[in-house]
Amino acid sequence: MTGYTPAQVGTVTKYVVVESFDVTPADLALRAYEISQGVMIKETCFGIVINGKEEVVNRIISELRKLDPDHIFIKDRGFPPGDPRRCRANLGGARPGYNGMEHEMTIIPYISHGLAELNNRDDNSIPAPENPLDHKALDIYELKKLIDAQES
Amino acid sequence: MVKVFIYPATSLILSDMVARFGHTPLSSATAVRERIQTAGLESPPLQITPEEPKKGLKWAAVEVPAGVRGRMSLYGPMIEECEAAIIINDADLAFGCMGCARTNELIKFLLHQKQIPKLELNYPKNEEDGVKFVAAIKRFLTSLGVSK
Repeated sequence: MTGYTPAQVGTVTKYVVVESFDVTPADLALRAYEISQGVMIKETCFGIVINGKEEVVNRIISELRKLDPDHIFIKDRGFPPGDPRRCRANLGGARPGYNGMEHEMTIIPYISHGLAELNNRDDNSIPAPENPLDHKALDIYELKKLIDAQES
Repeated sequence: MVKVFIYPATSLILSDMVARFGHTPLSSATAVRERIQTAGLESPPLQITPEEPKKGLKWAAVEVPAGVRGRMSLYGPMIEECEAAIIINDADLAFGCMGCARTNELIKFLLHQKQIPKLELNYPKNEEDGVKFVAAIKRFLTSLGVSK
């Protein structure tokens, strides 16, 4: 066993994912470079990855969000950009964890629509979604319809 | 700011929503970062050392596979720390080997056992669902107020 000396200690890494008709990852990267102060920025196909001191990264992402607030999504990342343990340049194929993000990218347009709607509507006027834990009993009329369909 | 555990713990949508509405998401990235940035013995890729399954004994019995206990050493402290939780029940992206699957079951069980505010949801399947989904999360996070 060998010793492990961590790199980039005391920094945070965040994904900035963009799913917008108006803003591209290149626009995001350009804006981030304009306002960056000693942070590492990597442009990717889905947005950018930013690594640096927490307060600086938070300031940059709050500025980036303003470009298109309903279509820019941010999450934490454990590894710094280009880490050989995660970077697909070293491993080949999709980066571990990308499949989950890819799945959520198909849902993000609905979320963006929801965020845009909430700018114009009061959230208390919107009905609650179905509770997935509720036991759904078969409606008696639905049952009768099924029986009738079987008998005819 | 309230610490909100998100399930799936890698969810981009939940992580963003929680931070957007002013709270702190507890996701797997923060737990992984903690290990990646701590000096010790080389144990790639996640710096999960043989010590982690021992720590996992707090949440899973000794006969439970080491894979589950190792994963619980990441999620267990966050479950204890959280003051609220948002759970997505039809998260197909959280599939995996038996280690992941059983850990996911245990995470959901522990969250359901814990007496904290919880929001149970499914992923939206259309735009109208999306509006309800976002509104439900916003209402939930607003109702949490500030941390005790």
